[in-house]
Amino acid sequence: MAKFEKANSVGEWLDQRLAINKVKKVMAYEYWIPKDINFLWAMGMVLAVTFGLLLVSGIFLLMYYKPDTEMAFDSVNYTIMAEVGYGWLWRHIHAIGASFVFVIIYIHMFTGIYYGSYKRGREMIWITGMLLFVTFSAEAFSGYLLPWGQMSYWAGMVITNLFAGGGLEAHWLVEWIRGDYSPGDAMLTRFFMLHVLLLPLVIIALIGLHFASLRIPHVNNQEGEDFDFEEEAEKYKAGKKKESKVIPFQPVFLSKDLFVVGVYLLIFFYLVFYHYHFAIDPVNLDPADPLKTPPHIYPEWYFLWSYEILRPFSTNIGLIAFGFAQIAFFLLPFLDKSPNCKPAHKRGLFKIWFWVMLFDMIILTILGKLPPVTPFNEIGFVAAVVFILLFVTLPFITKREKAV
Amino acid sequence: MNEERRDFLGMALGGVAGIGGIAALYAAKRTWDPLPSVLAAGFTTIDLSAAKENELHVDEWRGKPIFVLKKSADMAPNDRDVVVGNDRFHVSIGLCTHLGCIPAYNPGAKEFVCACHGGKFDTSGINTFGPPPSPLEIPPFSIDGTKLVLGEEGPEYLKMLEAGITA
Repeated sequence: MAKFEKANSVGEWLDQRLAINKVKKVMAYEYWIPKDINFLWAMGMVLAVTFGLLLVSGIFLLMYYKPDTEMAFDSVNYTIMAEVGYGWLWRHIHAIGASFVFVIIYIHMFTGIYYGSYKRGREMIWITGMLLFVTFSAEAFSGYLLPWGQMSYWAGMVITNLFAGGGLEAHWLVEWIRGDYSPGDAMLTRFFMLHVLLLPLVIIALIGLHFASLRIPHVNNQEGEDFDFEEEAEKYKAGKKKESKVIPFQPVFLSKDLFVVGVYLLIFFYLVFYHYHFAIDPVNLDPADPLKTPPHIYPEWYFLWSYEILRPFSTNIGLIAFGFAQIAFFLLPFLDKSPNCKPAHKRGLFKIWFWVMLFDMIILTILGKLPPVTPFNEIGFVAAVVFILLFVTLPFITKREKAV
Repeated sequence: MNEERRDFLGMALGGVAGIGGIAALYAAKRTWDPLPSVLAAGFTTIDLSAAKENELHVDEWRGKPIFVLKKSADMAPNDRDVVVGNDRFHVSIGLCTHLGCIPAYNPGAKEFVCACHGGKFDTSGINTFGPPPSPLEIPPFSIDGTKLVLGEEGPEYLKMLEAGITA
């Protein structure tokens, strides 16, 4: 048994038993972050805070939500929104939070792409991040079903039908996922389980892995500069703070991080209180009706780009294109053959590739919401083909890149 | 020699845990299966004698909408029609074969139009435009006088099935 001496403070008592001073040092006070960064580097913390808001608001929603096709709609739209004291607050936070998680994920992703933060030892950061994106997508979809409104029902119908695999006719798989011939009580209850327990557990585990994958390659910086973190840390610790290229996570980086989080939360709560409607589709304020499809079905804005890649093609080709869109971003570290780990504006053709990709995804997102008629069909077709071609040509574009 | 015993213990543990794991996966798969009551429910009877020409009647079978359209003389007959006496009916599951939205019937143009992705079907349920890969699916049926029983495979349905024109 270890020898324990009498502790002179609570902190010391805990340190003897849990080594909290060591933990604080490793996790925060001597966890080094590069100095040469900008506000886009705060998006990780913004995401963590948003996930926290979703978790807390979700816990309160759980108190009155009923996962039953007869009761779900009223439990959300009547009980929680009108009867429960401040029930509307949790619902608004949850709805705005769901939208903002994706706003920030997309900013976080495109920041990573722009600065090449998926390269040179940072591949696992990118891959765990993409796994988080996919799990958050499943979390958003399963949650969207729960109010059991018209959009919930028909989104559930259309998305689960994708699993029939078009020409593969795998209706057994669709019926297995639903636990019924069509979306019903069995599907609502199992998606409830996924939304409130299994998927959040997976998300929390993946967040842990995402943070852990940062540890060895460290955070990237604005110039993609490769330096010895330990050497720079020694400089900082020796008091040469100006000369050192790094800062400790706590308190230096975190104070700036929290400033960005503060600005973000001002916008977030402004929307929660005054502009929540954009996150609650009016079509979903009609209860689910299996015998009436709403005139126009579209997913939430964050899925529109991949939905639009599915739409302009015939079923089988559409599904293949859609499947490609889901995995394409995972492959980015391996498709980018360039020796440079630099921001896009220093990488020639890649800079054009980046902006075309961003622009194309915005176009696809806008088109996804428009009805499937001429000329939107044709523009959608071109935009979807451009998306696929961008990934196909990436290895050739980046291979020709000169080392900077 | 102790290592051998340890290896044996390791393999025994791994083997038992593996079998247990597979058994647990099977149990999990079965838990997700549709319930027997869900599978057993689901015969719907529709009386065809009340149907009017060129007017779509929508019924429900296994939670899915069922289209019944009595054909008028100017609509082309098709082997997919359900024939009762002198009347021809188009009967199908009213879900677009693309992604399962419900197409709307336009009695003026005499066609079904799906609002989701613009697919069109004629009065025999044949896909004529857009992404739908196949005609509207004909559910298993049997004819009982002027009544149609959905969920039962009658001789008329089996004939269609054999001809490969139910979907």
